[in-house]
Amino acid sequence: MTAHTWSLLGLYLAVMLVTVKPMGICLDKVMNGEFRFGARVERPLFRLCGVHADEDMGWLKYAFAILLFNALGALAVYALQRLQAWLPLNPQAMAGVSADSSFNTAISFASNTNWQGYGGESTMSYLTQMLALTVQNFLSAATGIVVVIALIRGFARHSAAAIGNAWVDLTRITLYVLLPISVVYAVFLVGQGSIQNVAAYKDVATVEVTKYDAPKLDAAGQPVKDDKGEAVTEPAETRTQTLAMGPVASQEAIKMLGTNGGGFFNANSAHPYENPTPLSNFIQMLSIFLIPGGLCFTFGRMVGDTRQGWAVLAAMTVMFVGLAIAAMHFEQQGNPLLSQLGVDPLAGSMEGKEARFGIAESGLFATITTSASCGAVIAMHDSFTPLGGLVPLIGMHLGEVVFGGVGTGLYGMLVFAILAVFISGLMIGRTPEYLGKKIESFEMKMTSIAILMTPLLVLVGTAIAVLAADGRAGIANPGAHGFSEILYAFSSAANNNGSAFAGLSVNTPFYNTLLGIAMWLGRFGVIVPVLAIAGSLAAKKRLAVTEGTLPTHGPLFVALLVAIVLLVGLLNYVPSLALGPVIEHLQMTAGH
Amino acid sequence: MKSLLRPALSLFVLLSLITGLAYPVLVTGVAQALFPDAANGSLVVKDGQAIGSRLIGQNFNDPKYFWGRPSATAPMPYNATSSGGSNLGPLNPALADAVKGRIAALRAADPGNTAPVPADLVTASASGLDPHISPAAARYQAGRVAHARNVDPAVVGKLIDQYTEGRQWGVFGEPRVNVLALNLALDTYH
Repeated sequence: MTAHTWSLLGLYLAVMLVTVKPMGICLDKVMNGEFRFGARVERPLFRLCGVHADEDMGWLKYAFAILLFNALGALAVYALQRLQAWLPLNPQAMAGVSADSSFNTAISFASNTNWQGYGGESTMSYLTQMLALTVQNFLSAATGIVVVIALIRGFARHSAAAIGNAWVDLTRITLYVLLPISVVYAVFLVGQGSIQNVAAYKDVATVEVTKYDAPKLDAAGQPVKDDKGEAVTEPAETRTQTLAMGPVASQEAIKMLGTNGGGFFNANSAHPYENPTPLSNFIQMLSIFLIPGGLCFTFGRMVGDTRQGWAVLAAMTVMFVGLAIAAMHFEQQGNPLLSQLGVDPLAGSMEGKEARFGIAESGLFATITTSASCGAVIAMHDSFTPLGGLVPLIGMHLGEVVFGGVGTGLYGMLVFAILAVFISGLMIGRTPEYLGKKIESFEMKMTSIAILMTPLLVLVGTAIAVLAADGRAGIANPGAHGFSEILYAFSSAANNNGSAFAGLSVNTPFYNTLLGIAMWLGRFGVIVPVLAIAGSLAAKKRLAVTEGTLPTHGPLFVALLVAIVLLVGLLNYVPSLALGPVIEHLQMTAGH
Repeated sequence: MKSLLRPALSLFVLLSLITGLAYPVLVTGVAQALFPDAANGSLVVKDGQAIGSRLIGQNFNDPKYFWGRPSATAPMPYNATSSGGSNLGPLNPALADAVKGRIAALRAADPGNTAPVPADLVTASASGLDPHISPAAARYQAGRVAHARNVDPAVVGKLIDQYTEGRQWGVFGEPRVNVLALNLALDTYH
């Protein structure tokens, strides 16, 4: 860790923590209808859409509304991809996307995962990028936020039958928070160098001629293969570089703000047109945590005790700092196998990293994007050192609760908080309660489902893929690293992260289907039990605080919460992590 | 749950139109008005012809030019319609082989140079389109470039200094040199 690395981390934490309170107040006011201007905008909209704004929904109805709304979103994304060849705004004449890839991408964007089996600039028309993917960037983010708001209402209300109106909540967060911030943010990104147009790709005449091996094509345009099945190549040269264009900045802004992470381009935020400068990169890192951090304050404010929100935020921050230091440290160590060849070891591990970002920002970004369920990348995690690459895996394995996705991170953490008070209640022999609500059998059942859903999907999915020939066929790197690639893919899908050890070839019917299922269940298999907890809590009476009540706002509770999150994560994943990154690290230090 | 269907459908269509059409169109309009150069790709124009982008790297192989980061894009390096990295794991023998080959090429073009090789000069970038190299990677190549162009190495060194960008605002990112800009400057002055 260099002095620059420490100051970068310190500056990031300082600026990020300063945004928590204002953002939290803003979210609270918008979601609770205190934003006056909004009332004038939304009334005609609701009339048009047949929304009865004063109706309060029970948890079941709220959950149905959310499921229906997201299913519609997935259908629209699927249809737009399949039909894009016949639709406008397609200057590169992109063909319709295959059925299995469309299925995967539809679920991926509707579930806020934004896992990408395709390369954006070689697959999607501008219309698909805008009307399918950008829309879901907004709406899936809105979904996560309204679910946590509903859960917080469950804590804040008492003896109530309802947790809010899903339509009103979705509209308000989209129009009054996500949209205005995105407009300003997107224009800022263009100011730094991001592109924003709907022009055809541009050909430029490069300074030098590029010589390369081109795949040989037969008369039908299919690649020719030799006896061993390897593609046959022939020497070629070109002086033309074709620059991919598109409405990039508008998608980039909401991609980061909504912790979506699906890049316009294949290289994601490493692409200079998505993330042109170190300043744009710093803002991108801040924007990932902006809403997840702010929601902690919203939580404290809505339950009437801001200390409760700060306690949750403290637990998140402690784990985040540990992970970030580890990632930056291990990437700075570099790769001893390359140092042996004469590479300067001081510069760290630069394979798959950009020169303008370097080691420190690449390690920090990787930690942020996987602690939050964003999944955007500025460096290729597949090429990280074994322990540097372990950090993103752990970020996901903790259940995406270290800040986590917008909304999802906080509701995940609150579920862990329920587990923490339950366990401590058992230890001191009292009925567990959290924020004045008694935690009983129904809440614990739902908590168990919510916590165990993703480990189940990750471990069973990884096991299936490792056993199946179709699963092993996708592996790009030999040895323990190949196992890590598969483990990473399922960790990313089930936890709705979306980043990848991208060497794994996943655009196949096998992976598109299996990962699609993991993403859907990892999302809605958690949202439904969380809403059930919300409904059950809202119906309960509020207990008075007594001397026997476990305080949930002090350092003791923060430590307890961190311990529970780490314990559950460790128990679930240590064996699989030992088989992947840990073995690889031992091999590397032994010089293999 | 029939009562949910109409609000779900109509709200979905309405929010789609706002966030999927109105929003990108608005941003495009503002961006094209305020930052037309950036919004259209920060193109470098020479004699009326676009010869590249300030933000997108190009492939350089000639000893008289500074070489950029190795690029893992297919089928040709610096393919700006198919960005991406190599995704080679740290222990993959293919990574060591590729690095070995790049070091050999650098040494063959500059036999007298025995300095340790800067890491960014022999490892593939994340995007495959990285426009920059580190100042160390530029200095490593200065002798070769000066020799190939028959100019004083000190002059080339001065040009590198001139084209070195520091950390943005003194704290963000890493010091770096834009390879295309540096090579164009070389062609102009020497």
